[in-house]
Amino acid sequence: MIFDFVPIWTLILGLAVFFYVLLDGFDLGVGILYNFASSTHARNLFMNSIAPVWDGNETWLVLGGLGLLAAFPLAFAIIIPAVYFPILVMLLALVFRGLAFEFRQRDREHRGFWDHGFGIGSTIATFAQGVVLGAFIQGFQVDGRHFTGGSLDCITPFSLFTGLALVFGYSLLGACWLILKMEDRLQTQARRHARLAFLGTLLAVGLVSLWTPLMDSDIAQRWFSWPNIAFLSSVPLLTAVLALLEWRAITDEKTQLKPFVYAVLLFSLSYLGIAISLWPMIVPHHYSLWQAASSPDTQIFLGVGTLFLLPVILIYTGWSYWVFRGKARGDIGYH
Amino acid sequence: MALDPLLLSRLQFAWVIAWHILLPALTIGLASYIALLEGVYFATGKEIWFRISRFWTRIFAIAFGMGVVSGVVMPFQFGTNWSRFSDATANIISPMLAYEGLTAFTLEAGFLGVLLFGRNLVPRWAHFFSAVMVAVGTLISTFWILVTNSWMQTPGGFRLEDGRFYPTSWMEIIFTASFPYRFMHSVAAFYVTTGFVVMGVAAYLLLRHKSVAEAKLMLSVTLWLMTALVPLQILLGDLHGLNTLQHQPAKLAAIEAHWNRETRAPLALFAIPDQKAETNHFAIEVPLTGSLILTHDVNGEVPGLKDFPRADRAPVAIPFFAFRIMVGVGLLMLVLVGAGTWLRFRRRLYDRPWFLRALMLASPLGFVAVIAGWTTTEVGRQPWSVYGVMRTAASVTPSLTGMDVLISLAGYIAAYCIMFPAGLWLVIRIVRAGVGTGAAPFGAGRPAQPVRPREGA
Repeated sequence: MIFDFVPIWTLILGLAVFFYVLLDGFDLGVGILYNFASSTHARNLFMNSIAPVWDGNETWLVLGGLGLLAAFPLAFAIIIPAVYFPILVMLLALVFRGLAFEFRQRDREHRGFWDHGFGIGSTIATFAQGVVLGAFIQGFQVDGRHFTGGSLDCITPFSLFTGLALVFGYSLLGACWLILKMEDRLQTQARRHARLAFLGTLLAVGLVSLWTPLMDSDIAQRWFSWPNIAFLSSVPLLTAVLALLEWRAITDEKTQLKPFVYAVLLFSLSYLGIAISLWPMIVPHHYSLWQAASSPDTQIFLGVGTLFLLPVILIYTGWSYWVFRGKARGDIGYH
Repeated sequence: MALDPLLLSRLQFAWVIAWHILLPALTIGLASYIALLEGVYFATGKEIWFRISRFWTRIFAIAFGMGVVSGVVMPFQFGTNWSRFSDATANIISPMLAYEGLTAFTLEAGFLGVLLFGRNLVPRWAHFFSAVMVAVGTLISTFWILVTNSWMQTPGGFRLEDGRFYPTSWMEIIFTASFPYRFMHSVAAFYVTTGFVVMGVAAYLLLRHKSVAEAKLMLSVTLWLMTALVPLQILLGDLHGLNTLQHQPAKLAAIEAHWNRETRAPLALFAIPDQKAETNHFAIEVPLTGSLILTHDVNGEVPGLKDFPRADRAPVAIPFFAFRIMVGVGLLMLVLVGAGTWLRFRRRLYDRPWFLRALMLASPLGFVAVIAGWTTTEVGRQPWSVYGVMRTAASVTPSLTGMDVLISLAGYIAAYCIMFPAGLWLVIRIVRAGVGTGAAPFGAGRPAQPVRPREGA
């Protein structure tokens, strides 16, 4: 092979999943906080703040899934069956929350049903994604090219805990988005929610960061052996600094954008932490990125197009966000 | 009875894709229709086009939302239930699916927000441009998904190594033997499906004397389109059939319930195919027509199922009946379009209640034909997931138990039994409310202040 596309695909897929986590993260987070919205007016505004962009955000889930299939099909064929039920639950929850965008507006008699569908659906979808993440970090029972465990193996105390952690994490992103998009009383409320979500997230990330190396000696080795620890200790240190900045941004009534920016950076560091723990494995303990990769022809054929298309996509996605910039309004809903 | 994860996985896939396909069938057509309406409105500035567009955009929004959520389910099916298929074919089909996501879904999603919510926020040309981009996105999506499906039907451009597919030619993978026909036949099907929905809604409004001017315009324009598209679709279907005869003879034999290879073959209008006894019961046949239709020659030779080992035959009855339903619907549509054209010629198009009622009843016909056609081609492909190369039975996820799949299938059934009736009910309500009045908003850019002074004032 002339050129190794695996690192490029690792980067592309890593970015796609990260975009998904950020973008659908904040709109699922808004959905979680929707459960606590105090009035129909608040719910309308919450919904309007994400209605124009949620579809695009969810597209990254499909892109992430298909990117995994395209670049590392062996990982796709092992991981997805292993998380059969969390995926099922996530998809069904996403069905109801996705429908709610149109249906609560049009189906006023059943608005309560769709409101709950949106709030509870967003929460369950988030939790299920967290379970998938936890199960992925723990690894799967594999024989040859197949997952050989049972469909409930992925439900463990650790994966349930990561599910909870992600609910806090997405709530933080959602609350920071609402700080940006809401005014007055609703913004104040968003700041209160952001504080709670932030503390929950911090605690959960801390616990997962301790739990993971205790559970897995390879991961402990990765972080705590010399000289790794000299470089890698910067990750928790940076996280601590950012956490402080985030707290101050949330509580400072004058800043609106900073809480979201710092929350994004906190997510990046957690994400980086997971990547450091697992590198270079894509099916932990079994297959590396290179072993699970699709044929070089496939990676090149799709890779060239993707490298060309991604910037274009980011441009018009950016345009769409630009059109709907500013505070969420009650009046730009439905034609 | 032991629960069979293979059978249940197939049922699950059939369930989620059959419901899903109804939505693209409508949204692909509607997206183009809305782009057309917006285009005429942009060019002429006549408000009636805007009102019709706004009306259909409401329905489009519901169908598109349902299409997205039922569509997100689809790629995960490959992983959850068909992991061995995914592992074996990923080198070939994953770029097609990924390109669908990269070129189509993102395009649709990026411009959909502006189409639905942005009329007041962007200039008129930008809104029209967004409508066009959404329509283009839906067609690109159709392109890639049918590339994938066609490759599974008539695979090409690959080599096998350790039971996995490797690409040898991307051109041969994308433009397989059946692709051009399947693509044209499907897009025409989606346009015709949408056309009959639009005509049915227009007929309803005319019968109720509601939004009469808009309804007349909808009916008139759409009937012109259907007058061209329905005959074209029948022609495309015929070409697609010839292509199937050439590249998937076993499927064609199943569609026609032909057991023996023969020349001067009859056409079975009706029969009860008997897979075990390798014969048909209660057959009603027209002599010579089978050869005539399939080969365009009364002396033409058509394949029979007995040419193929029993293990390589599709379950005959399903494609046989599904195909006849599809063709029957097509002919019925042709009759309706013919009647409409005749009435138009006599200037009686809008005031013949029997015709308007017939159009109303015909509005779901396209969906019936789409499902029947899809059933024909997909069940006709069996027992293969990749025709002639990989068996469906060898494609299923090995770790699944029957109970796993039963639970997930029950979940999808429950969810879709809420989603689809609710969606249909909302669409019916929008139709009942009529097109609505009200002028177009300024649409000349984002207002700088909440209340803008009138220009020149």
